[in-house]
Amino acid sequence: MSKKTLFDKVWDSHVVSSIENGPQILYIDKHLIHEVTSPQAFNELEERGIPVFRPNQILATADHNTPTLNQDQPVRDALSRQQLEQLSKNCEKNNITLYELGHKYNGIVHVMAPELGVTQPGLTMVCGDSHTSTHGAFGAIAFGIGTSQVAQVFASQCLLLTKPKSLRVTVNGKLKNGVLPKDVILYIISKLGTNSGTGYFCEYAGNVFEEMSMEGRMTVCNMSIEMGARGGMIAPDETTFEYVKGREFAPKGEDFEKKVAYWKTLPTDEGAQFDKEYHFDAEDIEPMITYGTNPGMGIKISENIPVDENPSFKKSLAYMNFEAGESLINKPINFVFIGSCTNSRIEDFRVAAEFIKGKKKADNVTAWLVPGSKQVEAQIIEEGLKTVFDEAGFELRQPGCSACLAMNDDKIPQGEYCVSTSNRNFEGRQGQGSRTILASPLVAAATAVEGKIIDITKHLN
Amino acid sequence: MEKFTTLNSRAIPLQIENVDTDQIIPARFLKATDRKGFGDNVFRDWRYHKDGTVNTDFVLNDSRYTGSILVAGDNFGCGSSREHAAWAITDYGFKVVVSSFFADIFKGNALNNGLLPVQVSKEFLRDLFQQIESNPQTELEVNLEKQTISVKDLDLSEDFEIDTYKKTCMINGYDDIDYLVNNKEQIEAFEAQKIY
Repeated sequence: MSKKTLFDKVWDSHVVSSIENGPQILYIDKHLIHEVTSPQAFNELEERGIPVFRPNQILATADHNTPTLNQDQPVRDALSRQQLEQLSKNCEKNNITLYELGHKYNGIVHVMAPELGVTQPGLTMVCGDSHTSTHGAFGAIAFGIGTSQVAQVFASQCLLLTKPKSLRVTVNGKLKNGVLPKDVILYIISKLGTNSGTGYFCEYAGNVFEEMSMEGRMTVCNMSIEMGARGGMIAPDETTFEYVKGREFAPKGEDFEKKVAYWKTLPTDEGAQFDKEYHFDAEDIEPMITYGTNPGMGIKISENIPVDENPSFKKSLAYMNFEAGESLINKPINFVFIGSCTNSRIEDFRVAAEFIKGKKKADNVTAWLVPGSKQVEAQIIEEGLKTVFDEAGFELRQPGCSACLAMNDDKIPQGEYCVSTSNRNFEGRQGQGSRTILASPLVAAATAVEGKIIDITKHLN
Repeated sequence: MEKFTTLNSRAIPLQIENVDTDQIIPARFLKATDRKGFGDNVFRDWRYHKDGTVNTDFVLNDSRYTGSILVAGDNFGCGSSREHAAWAITDYGFKVVVSSFFADIFKGNALNNGLLPVQVSKEFLRDLFQQIESNPQTELEVNLEKQTISVKDLDLSEDFEIDTYKKTCMINGYDDIDYLVNNKEQIEAFEAQKIY
């Protein structure tokens, strides 16, 4: 038998049929939806008189356009309120489970589905959101789709796709103190660029990922799209099985054991070929930070901004108001955001709380902490982290995508810098004229305490 | 979906690399629940200053350039999966986007909306930018049947690739839903024998 990759195994088992010289019909196990990219798809089906084919394989949440304050009160912004109402109506009409604002399971789609056990190894999962790659952390094929494709999955539980090529990024060695999963992925993207993965599905391999928690693996897979890859995957192992076990929608008892036996067959066969491979040493990675307007423009926090004559590079630095060749250490920062589908899980808040404990937020800083879900929010309170944050002057808000894309009121003002644990530093991403600096929750917490960027490596034992 | 065969048009040169979907249509305009009207806000924060005045430095506001072909820098459409980006570009009046590289999701979204992404070599793109900027009257021809893009009256032409299935869809105005719904029996048979 030919040797297969993890990606091959999951993909091939979901092919319904192939069109000659064309795409394949790929079966989709789970379809996650939210308020922003689904309404036009529901409209389309209705206009064409096509029913939703498998409503019980769809799960909905409200996250992109929700307020992070006073969620028990009616949403003030009329357009946002209408969009949320539309989602509720559409789900009700089509018998789709919805965890709406305020529900105990509500949260960012890529935080709530894994924590409910919806995300499992070997599945195909899609959502009208490019960070669907997050779920690949479980050894699932998960990727973002456009709204026309959302309609296709509604209509048929399938998509027409050409199989992507395969890419493997291997990182072996021992990570330095203070280097978090976010730094690992920002480092990889800084080395490979924002389009190196386009047309590929990426597997992350090596002891660094094997030793990572599920939360860390999700952070890594989440940002696969930032190097252009439609998805990222990590082979399922005991850490994965342990995480899934016992969760609300996870298989139970004997069924679970059977699944585990199957999941154990999924990792890439020894000697399987990838179309492209990259290797990195864990020891070379340091806490990272971005200086430009795409996630590939990242440096080690101790490094200086590179010098480049490319006009797009210069335009980017001009937007950020940074000089080529300068260091970012000691840059005053007035906004810090810890949240988003990249870094809003309990582990991220534990890291932040551990650093913050006993310290105070700098006076010049507005620091927003936005949990990824109601469950994470509850856990923050239960573990006493909220007390740490309150005492240090940080503001713990209610769950949602929040300032990652600033669709709601959580916007960074014009010209201000925000050290953010989110995934994109595009122009105006966090509000018109805002300037985003991507970093780990540890670097973000340290920035909030100091009121400026510091070399975190010098503050750790 | 509208049919696409051949297009003759002038072009607008957007010489910026890594144009992301947040620039094409900023998130604050994603609150609409239908597909129409996004063209008003395409490249909003490049077209207008924050106070709402027109940014005359931006190429879409440069009266020398017009047409339904957008010629853009490398890695066009990276970032979010928002199909609103493709809707905004088509709603503004573009039918073709030319670049040396397209992000995956954007490319798929474009094809699903009758917007043809034409991927050309870096050299051809450079020549195209030079030609359009030196003569904004330059007419291009995009021929989907033959899979060629050429500058009229000049010896500047290149072939481009497109998936055979998608080409048929574009030429005939078909979309994937028709195909999938017609294959429901096969899909149900697959569900019945799933191995995982």
